[in-house]
Amino acid sequence: MASLITCPHCGVRPKEEFAIRGDASRGRPEPMDSDEAWHDYVYVRANPRGRTQEHWHHVAGCRRFLVVERDTATHEVYSVVDAAEFALRATR
Amino acid sequence: MRYSAFSIVRNALSGNLNWKPQWRQPQPKSHYDVIIIGGGGHGLSTAYYLAKEFGVKNVAVLEKGYLGSGNVGRNTTIVRSNYMLPGNEPFYEFSMKLWEGLEQDLNYNVMLSQRGVIMLYHSDAQRDAYVRRGNAMWMEGVAAELIEREQLKKMIPFLNYDHARYPILGGLLQRRAGTARHDAVAWGYARGADRHGVDIIEHCEVTGIRRENGVVTGVETTKGFIGCGKLALAAAGNSSRVGEMADLKLPLESHVLQAFVTEGLKPCIDHVIVYGGGHFYISQSDKGGLVFGAEIDGYSSYAQRGNLATAEHVMEEGVTMIPGLSRVRVLRAWGGVMDMSMDGSPIIDRTSIDNLYLNCGWCYGGFKATPASGYCFAHLIARNDTHPVARALRLDRFARGYAVDEAGAGPQPNLH
Amino acid sequence: MTGYRLSSGGLVDRSKTLSFTFDGRPLRGFAGDTLASALLANDQLLVGRSFKYHRPRGIVSAGPSEPNALVTIGSGARSDANTKATVAELYGGLTAKSQNRWPSLGFDVGAVNGALSPFLGAGFYYKTFMWPKQFWERVYEPFIRRAAGLGRAVLERDPESYEKSWAFCDLLVVGAGPAGLMAALTAGRAGLRVIVADEDFRLGGSLLSTSETIDGVPASVFADRAVAELQALPNVTLLSRTTVFGWYDDNVFGAVERVQKHVAEPSSKLVSERVWRIVAKRALLATGAEERPLVFGGNDRPGVMMAGAMTTYAERYGVSAGKQVAIFTSGSAGYRTARALAAKGVTIAAIVDARAEAVDQAPDGVRVIRSASVVDTKGRQRLKGIVIERSGFEELIACDALGMSGGFSPVVHLACQRGAKPVWSEELKAFIAPDVGGGLRPVGSANGVHTLSGCLSDGVDKAAKIAADLGFRAASDSAPVVDREETSSFTALWYVPGAKSKAFVDFQNDVHAKDLGLALREGFGHVEHAKRYTTNGMATDQGKLSNINAVGILAGMRGVSPADVGTTTFRPFYTPVSFGALAGTARDEHAAPARKSPLHGWAMKNGATFVEAGLWHRSAWFPRAGEKTWRDSVDREVLNVRANVGLCDVSTLGKIEVFGPDAAEFLNRLYCNPMLKLPVGKARYGLMLREDGFVFDDGTVSRLDEAHFFVTTTTAMAGPVMAHMEYCAQALWPALEVRFTSSTDQWAQMAIAGPKARAVLQQIVDGDISDGAFPFLSVRKIVLKSGVSARLFRISFSGELAFELAVPAGYGEAVADQIMEAGRPHDICAYGVEALNVLRLEKGLLTHAEFDGRVTPDDAGLGRMLSMQKTDFIGKRLSTRYGLTAADRMQLVGLKPVDADKDMRAGAHILKEGTKPSTLNDQGWVSSAGFSPVLGHAIALAFLKSGRERYGEKVVVFDKLRDQEIVAEVCDPVFVDPQNAKLKA
Repeated sequence: MASLITCPHCGVRPKEEFAIRGDASRGRPEPMDSDEAWHDYVYVRANPRGRTQEHWHHVAGCRRFLVVERDTATHEVYSVVDAAEFALRATR
Repeated sequence: MRYSAFSIVRNALSGNLNWKPQWRQPQPKSHYDVIIIGGGGHGLSTAYYLAKEFGVKNVAVLEKGYLGSGNVGRNTTIVRSNYMLPGNEPFYEFSMKLWEGLEQDLNYNVMLSQRGVIMLYHSDAQRDAYVRRGNAMWMEGVAAELIEREQLKKMIPFLNYDHARYPILGGLLQRRAGTARHDAVAWGYARGADRHGVDIIEHCEVTGIRRENGVVTGVETTKGFIGCGKLALAAAGNSSRVGEMADLKLPLESHVLQAFVTEGLKPCIDHVIVYGGGHFYISQSDKGGLVFGAEIDGYSSYAQRGNLATAEHVMEEGVTMIPGLSRVRVLRAWGGVMDMSMDGSPIIDRTSIDNLYLNCGWCYGGFKATPASGYCFAHLIARNDTHPVARALRLDRFARGYAVDEAGAGPQPNLH
Repeated sequence: MTGYRLSSGGLVDRSKTLSFTFDGRPLRGFAGDTLASALLANDQLLVGRSFKYHRPRGIVSAGPSEPNALVTIGSGARSDANTKATVAELYGGLTAKSQNRWPSLGFDVGAVNGALSPFLGAGFYYKTFMWPKQFWERVYEPFIRRAAGLGRAVLERDPESYEKSWAFCDLLVVGAGPAGLMAALTAGRAGLRVIVADEDFRLGGSLLSTSETIDGVPASVFADRAVAELQALPNVTLLSRTTVFGWYDDNVFGAVERVQKHVAEPSSKLVSERVWRIVAKRALLATGAEERPLVFGGNDRPGVMMAGAMTTYAERYGVSAGKQVAIFTSGSAGYRTARALAAKGVTIAAIVDARAEAVDQAPDGVRVIRSASVVDTKGRQRLKGIVIERSGFEELIACDALGMSGGFSPVVHLACQRGAKPVWSEELKAFIAPDVGGGLRPVGSANGVHTLSGCLSDGVDKAAKIAADLGFRAASDSAPVVDREETSSFTALWYVPGAKSKAFVDFQNDVHAKDLGLALREGFGHVEHAKRYTTNGMATDQGKLSNINAVGILAGMRGVSPADVGTTTFRPFYTPVSFGALAGTARDEHAAPARKSPLHGWAMKNGATFVEAGLWHRSAWFPRAGEKTWRDSVDREVLNVRANVGLCDVSTLGKIEVFGPDAAEFLNRLYCNPMLKLPVGKARYGLMLREDGFVFDDGTVSRLDEAHFFVTTTTAMAGPVMAHMEYCAQALWPALEVRFTSSTDQWAQMAIAGPKARAVLQQIVDGDISDGAFPFLSVRKIVLKSGVSARLFRISFSGELAFELAVPAGYGEAVADQIMEAGRPHDICAYGVEALNVLRLEKGLLTHAEFDGRVTPDDAGLGRMLSMQKTDFIGKRLSTRYGLTAADRMQLVGLKPVDADKDMRAGAHILKEGTKPSTLNDQGWVSSAGFSPVLGHAIALAFLKSGRERYGEKVVVFDKLRDQEIVAEVCDPVFVDPQNAKLKA
């Protein structure tokens, strides 16, 4: 993981082509959701030791945001999907 | 055993066979007034100050590995108090003052070396930001100096003055800042706490936090249940995992930060030098190795190891700042797990759960904070009252809109 | 025999004599020598001094584990400190110097530390140097520090160049010894893409150091043939002089190739070193095994050497370690060395075997002493004899070299770099590689195989399996036959009891067995604590020889198995790697790419001084004859813009084209102010927030068509804003139909500002641009008279009547020239970012000096822009938090000095008059400051607590860093033309 990422659009690419934004597991709340929901969205992280979902941006490639599902302890990557696909799947 | 010139000579003459363990290896008691989770720098200093300054002596420190196996033993050893924001500067200066008396206080030589930390600037805008910071330090009574290029050339002649991608224009210097021997800090606090009656229990991993009626009553551990009056978390990169045992949701991401050391060299770098065109910083240890690091790898990780791309980038910054490093060989790289907070500043606070106290969010700056962190945390635990220099470092600052964002980068930990 | 060079034999080329110097002494060796073998051949056994006690030290090993023979090779800017003589390839003209000695290697004052050693035990410094308090910094530490380190870094600019490369393969073989070569042959013949990397300059590994024969030929010949075959295979890449230093995620290996570290005069056409990142589907760890030293009294005397190293020096280099060699062994390897040396005519003084029984064959006539130990050594700078002890009796045996062998440890370093710990094998009495999955497997002696035939067949088998896994078919060849197979067995012996003098564990760091005892006594018995307390294993060799013995000794003292002690953590780098190699080409001016505006040439022609702004080189000011300082130029430029007209390159602003039916909705959610109803043909100032409610960036939004917007960002934030927009469009609102692309590099954009701007521009633009036809904030696609398509914006960052003209980048310079020409009668001038900054400062317009990431729109006086009627925008919800709306927040104000002669500088803080500086009393800070040539005095923008209520108040501008305190008056941040009369002219 920390060496190579398989971009669904560009194939196997080195880590330095990507910028990492952070946690992808939490969706953006609706405008009328509670203060707590908004606070948690912006500031709280599950930060698991183990499986996690993270937004990686293929800055020096296709410029797509990807959701990388991986293990924070072993660095094993389970899946990489386009962030738009991921978001649309979540809202469906 | 108190260390003195006499004790050294006496022991040397008896073949050094009579030295005693620097701390005991006690079995856990069934109950403590305070249990601290985490036998790193912050946990040990908390225990030390609880016992010594606040009279709370029935204390245990639980460490899942060996004492000092976390970030206190894998950092780049820099101590400084050159912060800009009013929420930070008084705290770090309080820490700096504790550092300056630490060896006498602990009767342990932590080899504090006040060789000066200089942060280079490479543009007018960066100079202005450092001037703002330097003046903020002066507001707190902390001496800071703006070193202009010509003066800098005399002070540190080997910087890349002629071919730097970002010209080296000057630097902000704090002379009192410097380095300390990291392991010795952990050992010195451990020995000091032990001498005041604290039980340090190594290889004892906390597996659960027991609550009754919403109040913490003790911890499940690999050595059985241990009851406590108050529970204090000082688990650094593992704070989220321990917090989860009490259903705490924390504003933290754990990230890996690499550090490096070169082969031992005759003294060649006097100061701690921080590159402003990136994140690179370097100093030379008393053993001769150049100790250096730069930015975090960028992804959340609990693995104490980094990736090669980041390591290479660190070297690029190093050679760009000091061309003469090119032929120096790097001996070893290691990684620490940083508890990166959402504003780059730490958290010392009570929690929503009675008797549960929190110390986390040290990002990559925890080492320098070790004395003040322990002191302020002990103050909070013992008196249930926030120490004045830690008032800005509360957990609810995010909800209330009072982030202490030294980098101005917002709630994305890998930008801090 | 001349000196210690054997009269024949070895793989060195005796027809090629190479001259070199050691500490200035001219010496000679042969091509194929290492520096160490050549030094040995010249009877230069003493090569260095240890770190702490400055004890004389000799060559111990014949490879990368060497703790003692560290020298500085080369001189001046080409010095390589701490180079291991045992791996340094000899070349003609090599100059080597010993280290850590003064005044000379033979007589070293630092050796007095040895006499003080009772006071200098492990961890002594933690207990002392504390009295009196001030003495640590002033006396003790400077003293300790002077003793630090071994070699000297010159810190001069490195004349060599470096590079990096990627490589991809089916199989990476790390190590070209018997197992590695056979694996490579098997895989290469099957058609796999194979890379073989070996740190040595000659491939073959242990095959080069054995008298065994394979398939009827000497092992070294077998190795040469294997290498020749591999070289001929197009799918195989051989990398000699290449150390694989790290194993990283996804089976990516880091390796460093020393391209020309072995030549006196490096070619400027070649790099010095090259770092490879090797992506391997599979890898085999064929790194061999490391022989263990024995920890006995006096074991650091020059002349005491690894038995295997002695064999290597004899077989490969034709050098004898001594003229009368003794062996101390706990296994068969010692006998093997004795046989090898005896066969070459070297006298073997005795074989001291720690074991009671052994079947190993000693050379004819050599005395074997079983159940015996070496307990001390004699001699000073070269061994003269050993004291052995057997059944309570001591005996002195004369010898000038002692080979020691304490068994073998597989070299599993790489396999343990990613978290897995090595596993103790009771059977092998060694830590072996953990199972780290199929990506990396140990093979041969790295896998605990002890015989040559075993190594060869293990290589064949492992490679065949990998070939099959990857869908290749390996020929079912059996492994070659070893004719006179050496056997190998040993008894683990961690510490030799009865030491009469210091028994060293870590030679370089001077850690001896008693130090480990002291560590244990003081509670540092955990292997990591012991390491850190004693520094065992922390020297430049990272404990390649010492770690395993330290584990064994700790285990013995604690009464547990080595399995319970475990090892310390293996981390990159396997052997040290230079900064230069890892940095590659990214250094100096090439450390980061340089971006130049399409108008860079225009600016050059007009005499610009450039300044770095992020990656950009921007024109800062345009000095003219007679102007003495930058201020002269900037003042002139500002006044000329205010009075006449100026042209400024603003191409570096980020530019983004936004398209799509939902483009308006998208931008409406991105900016905190309304964008939905922006009319076509209009521009609007826009403010973006972060989700936490603080200002992220500002810029303009122009609507070119119903579904086509053009967005600008600040120069610094162009990248982050683009990424932010991509995040919002892709991750947050993927259903919106919007597409956008950066066009920063596609447009040359210039600001034409000043009262005469229209008159100048009208000359090159077709169509009416009068205020009636093209009022403030108008936008239009236009065609220049020259026929160039362009975009014209009526926007201003100076407060003047101003236009921004964007033309395709390639036309930029020509159009700018045309404007300058057209402007000549109107006294047009080029102005740079410095003048731009003064112009905006006079107008109270903001940059990232103000938007420092902690500022809300209201702090900046832009609170009215927050459109809370919108359902949603980034940052809306959290911008209403208490802390972001509190009345005592710092708000943007202007400052002017009460005494007009006084200067103000950015970065100063603000105090109320009559208050003392303190964090509590701190009222705010100056974000931007400069001299206003229009007003004739300094002006500043500042953030001041509740600042907007404090206009007229006198405050102290506190700039202690520059020792300056002045009194200033708080005022409105707009200093010039607050009615915007000029802007709208």
